Amino acid sequence: MIAADDKKINELRVFMQEAKTKDHPDSQLISILHKAQELYGYLSQDVMSQVAKEMNIPTAHIWGVATFYHYFNLKPKGKHSISVCLGTACYVKGAEEILNAIREELKIDFGQTSVDNLFTLQEARCLGACGLAPVIMIDDKIYGSLTPKKALEIIKSYKK
Amino acid sequence: MPVRFNITLCDGPSCIHKRSKEIVSTIEGELKKHGLSGKVGINLSGCLGMCSKGPIMIINPGYTIYGAFAEEDIPEIIQQHILKKKPVTRFIIDEDHLYNRFFRVFGDVNFFGKQMRIALRNCGIIDPENIDDYISLRGYEAMAKVLTDMSPEKVISEIKKSGLRGRGGAGFPTGIKWELTAKEKSDEKYVICNADEGDPGAFMDRSAIEGDPHTIVEGMVIAGFAIGAKKGIVYIRAEYPLAVKRIKKAIADARKDGFLGENILGSNFNFDIEVRLGAGAFVCGEETALMLSIEGHRGMPRPRPPFPSVSGLFGKPTLINNVETWANIPVIILDGADWFSSLGTEKSKGTKVFALAGKVKNTGLVEVPMGTTLRQIIYNIGGGIPGDKKFKAVQTGGPSGGCLSEEYLDTKIDYESLAKVGSIMGSGGMIVIDEDSCMVNIAKFFLEFTQNESCGKCTPCREGTKRMLEILTRITEGKGVEEDIDKLQRLGNMIKKASLCGLGQSAPNPVLSTIKNFRSEYEEHVRNKRCRAGVCQQLLVYEITDKCVGCTACKKVCPAEAISGAPKTKHIIDINKCVKCGACFKICKFNAIRKS
Amino acid sequence: MINIFINDKSYKVEAGQTIMQAADKLGFHIPRLCYHPKLSIEGACRVCIVEVVGIRNYVASCAYPVSEGMKIYTNTEEIRRARRDIVELILDNHPEDCHTCERDGNCELQRLAFAMGIRKRHFEGEKKHYEKDLSSASVIRDPNKCILCGRCVRICSEIQKVNALGYAHRGFKTVVMPAYNMPFKDSVCTTCGQCINVCPTSAFIEKNFTQELFQKLGDKSLIKVAQIAPSVRAAIGEAFALEPGRQLEKELTAALRKLGFDYVFDTQFSADLTIMEEASEFLERFQGKGKLPMITSCSSAWMKCLEQFYPDLIDNVSTCKSPMSMASALVKSYFAKKINADPKKILSVACMCCTAKKYEALRPELMVDGMQATDIVVTTRELAWMIKSAGIDLLHIKGEEFDHPLGYSSGAGTIFGVTGGVMEAAIRTAYELYTGETLLDIEIQDIRGLKGIKEGKLVIDGKEIRIAVAHGLGNANEILNTIRKDPQRYHFVEIMGCPGGCIGGGGQPYAGSNSLPLDEECLKKRAEALYGLDRNKTIRRSHENPDVQRLYKEFLGRPLSAVSHKLLHTHYSPKQPQGIIPAELTVK
Repeated sequence: MIAADDKKINELRVFMQEAKTKDHPDSQLISILHKAQELYGYLSQDVMSQVAKEMNIPTAHIWGVATFYHYFNLKPKGKHSISVCLGTACYVKGAEEILNAIREELKIDFGQTSVDNLFTLQEARCLGACGLAPVIMIDDKIYGSLTPKKALEIIKSYKK
Repeated sequence: MPVRFNITLCDGPSCIHKRSKEIVSTIEGELKKHGLSGKVGINLSGCLGMCSKGPIMIINPGYTIYGAFAEEDIPEIIQQHILKKKPVTRFIIDEDHLYNRFFRVFGDVNFFGKQMRIALRNCGIIDPENIDDYISLRGYEAMAKVLTDMSPEKVISEIKKSGLRGRGGAGFPTGIKWELTAKEKSDEKYVICNADEGDPGAFMDRSAIEGDPHTIVEGMVIAGFAIGAKKGIVYIRAEYPLAVKRIKKAIADARKDGFLGENILGSNFNFDIEVRLGAGAFVCGEETALMLSIEGHRGMPRPRPPFPSVSGLFGKPTLINNVETWANIPVIILDGADWFSSLGTEKSKGTKVFALAGKVKNTGLVEVPMGTTLRQIIYNIGGGIPGDKKFKAVQTGGPSGGCLSEEYLDTKIDYESLAKVGSIMGSGGMIVIDEDSCMVNIAKFFLEFTQNESCGKCTPCREGTKRMLEILTRITEGKGVEEDIDKLQRLGNMIKKASLCGLGQSAPNPVLSTIKNFRSEYEEHVRNKRCRAGVCQQLLVYEITDKCVGCTACKKVCPAEAISGAPKTKHIIDINKCVKCGACFKICKFNAIRKS
Repeated sequence: MINIFINDKSYKVEAGQTIMQAADKLGFHIPRLCYHPKLSIEGACRVCIVEVVGIRNYVASCAYPVSEGMKIYTNTEEIRRARRDIVELILDNHPEDCHTCERDGNCELQRLAFAMGIRKRHFEGEKKHYEKDLSSASVIRDPNKCILCGRCVRICSEIQKVNALGYAHRGFKTVVMPAYNMPFKDSVCTTCGQCINVCPTSAFIEKNFTQELFQKLGDKSLIKVAQIAPSVRAAIGEAFALEPGRQLEKELTAALRKLGFDYVFDTQFSADLTIMEEASEFLERFQGKGKLPMITSCSSAWMKCLEQFYPDLIDNVSTCKSPMSMASALVKSYFAKKINADPKKILSVACMCCTAKKYEALRPELMVDGMQATDIVVTTRELAWMIKSAGIDLLHIKGEEFDHPLGYSSGAGTIFGVTGGVMEAAIRTAYELYTGETLLDIEIQDIRGLKGIKEGKLVIDGKEIRIAVAHGLGNANEILNTIRKDPQRYHFVEIMGCPGGCIGGGGQPYAGSNSLPLDEECLKKRAEALYGLDRNKTIRRSHENPDVQRLYKEFLGRPLSAVSHKLLHTHYSPKQPQGIIPAELTVK
């Protein structure tokens, strides 16, 4: 839930108040969602419900808009994204063990972000580095020939 | 530092007729006489469109354009201009400031030799964040002319006469669009700039806005005056932060200087522009989807009619043009429809910007007169295919366009001719493909894109492109069956004709055009399970040749344990286990692994 | 008038209409799917495409206007093939479980696939797979069956203005869902069931209680009591291939007994009772005790809508329970006592035209002595299926009468099923209660018919009473916003959640093969069936109903008595499902 003293929500409210003074206030929805994402990094259901209330726009409509446009994130994204390659080559070389190790370490599953907001875990189809299998990619750097231990060490190095 | 001069001769047919080739040798002779051989650059350019004043010669720096001179005048010009730095005024053509401006910066670069910049005339020349820079190059002059000297009807008739057509893809005559919107009676009307450029690989709109935002503003004000609108909206991708920043600044600066807002330039005309951000939906380039997006909805196109000119944004008459179209407007007003319509082909006037990319030496934005051939762009401007590879195809029009084979290289680019050969002008993506690319795979790439960008509203596009993609994927994986190609065509033709909007109507183009022009490649994939370009991974077969020395490197790297063999003996790949990852191929130092 | 050509034949048609409209009138039925005459034009399914000479692509005939000299082809080889392929594409992403589907034999997609001649499949591939949402008390949402025609989204936003449903995601992954894909029960859905009515497949369907009911009907330890809502009798014939408009009151009563019910009562009886209470409540308010305007409370979808969207108007709403809940409360008290039975042993079943009643039945505030008053609610559709399934020949059955003491009704109770009926019935009684004189001209034409909002005035004892009637939650929205702005405008307002009132309820039989759901002609015929019953009754005023009079004498005392309040009245409280919009709802 959004705390009452949340400064961001106040900023968003001010933004919405201003939007309401314009012609066709409903048409400002996408701008408002941009603003909300700028403030929070993603669009939470609470924030969308706030927008619904303030702007008097049905929530189902806001949800429809938020899910239509690729630019809007519905989940918070971490600082780094870890893509675990689950292509055939990596899979037979033990990608699943690596994946399990990472899942356990960060306590997240695909599409989720760690509590410290550092990592988002993603699934990758072949990353085209089969010779290095199994591989993971952190942001845009590829790490290959991994063991679960090595993978965790690499992740640790990003925590600094 | 001594000035290095550069002399550019037009070698369009009409200038050749006026002996431009001979003039070049005369110049070379003259320069030699003065000991300047090699110290002054000489190059030829494509038709500069001033055929009536030929021969045309441009001397840089100084962007001086000479015309209507004879071979005999060359010694004088060299003597005066090059040696004494005094241009020979009686031959100078000074009415064409556009070329002057352009050559000041680009005249001596070969890449631009075939180009002609109208839409991008200021890009790279002015400081886009400085309104004075724009003004100094006759910026807002067209607007002033319109507001003081012209009636709305006159503006529209000028645009109509220019023959300008929408640069967003479909090529609808801009003047008629304006006229239709002007004709509607309404308390409110809107002017929209469509800057929701979404083609993968095309970035001309971004460059145009980043490089010259004021020309968009100016174009829109002119349109507002012509159709009777007071409000303009620039709908731009959020993914273009710099362009967003610059267009916002341009609008703010224009407002400050009285080019926007109430009583523009002391007239009784009011107009202002607002910027709205897109949010990552390719389909919002479609005008009805774009308007719904501005209204705060999902960008799902609606059936037309009613057309935007009758009932557009918020149900009001609306004029939508794309960035490149807007950028042409001030030029047409300033230099006249007659001049503009003298460029290009019979039905497509002016220039077109292309984003040249792919397997070509020079990539980038090129702006060429309509009627330039694909060959000229790819070979003369693009410098041909790198690495002695063989040209295979050129893809125009992005995901909505088609792939053209070598036999179409001499197609003169305009809306009709490209459509006739199965592609489209589109927003101007142009991707060169060489023999290393698999056409089935290329078709799949584009279809994957459109399928992913389908809004999901109409059945043919939502369901049909999905099925087409499945069939294509099947073919690239060696699971295709004979009737698949026919199925692709049957679905493709239906989707083209039955879809609700332009996205669906053009989504099958990459597939249909590759089937038309490269059918044998499809057949090879289906019948022989063979990909001649070696791109489709699943169709590759790896085998170890006699070159193998038994180093075991491949065996170690194989993720699937498909390679067996004792050290120092020839290894063998078990093709049933092989996952075709290519790791063995990459690691082998003895070239002993063959893929086919 | 303009000239057009359809399939090379020349016709004179009126300008300003679409190709489809023109073709319909000329006897060309162009196949269609997403089109619905009551909803905005979507142009999405592309089934109704035709060829027009001079236009490169096919045009959607539902959206494209006719023009002078237009040459249209509706049935060429090419267009037939394109349509066939389009419908096949829909099928390719649809479960192939027709023979086990609730809509088997009455599915628009099935009919279309047959008509398009899809005998062979060319393009099969991946299908969508989503969880069914079983959370709602009334409506099941099954996205796998959804073909994205969008009728549900449009009826929910345009006609009902509830906006519970929307499209989410895009492309092949587009799904119709409530906000955040939340369980339906947590959404703003009012359970009106109109999405079920307009769905061409079974992507929306009522929560089915037929198996449970069959099982309980076989339980010998239970006393099985049924009640039938007015609109059920007016429409159930349609499920047996009768033309709309034939009422089957007596046949239905007999059928229910054959199904195993021990007592068959009539919700129209409790409708009369409702009028006694509601008319009395109105008169109290009219004389200064309570808020005006008073708004009716019979429609359960409207009640949920009220609590969610108009909590500020709760005090304006009558405290009367709906006729169904009044009847059930009496079944488990008055009636139980009368037959000397343990109310816990009574199975109280309501046969309703409504899906929202399933939700209403579960409301905790409607419990009677800790018991759920209405145990099971089945819709007209479910009931029709049960009758068929049990092998009862409804159309040739010998009619029977309702049981006493909750079975006799006046004509006023009958017309409850039609928009304006509650108001009309209330006036018939209130007039006499207030003036002591009998109202003679009892058919109040001002508030009959299918106009969205109907207004009227009557003078009682020299005082003007301004009344209004709205049906469909969208029309209700309009009238409620008027009340918010101008509370003095009306004295008495009737609101029904569904278009047409209960006769257009979310549980009514599906439209037949050649008609569309919500068809006005069909609604008018259903209405006429009820008005006909009313006309043929000698007693047409609720207060003249002898069973009602006896009930007051034996049990309740008088209207608004303490016993009445305990059993027949309730209260409503604001509800805040996730993402609710408490302020006024606006049209999107």
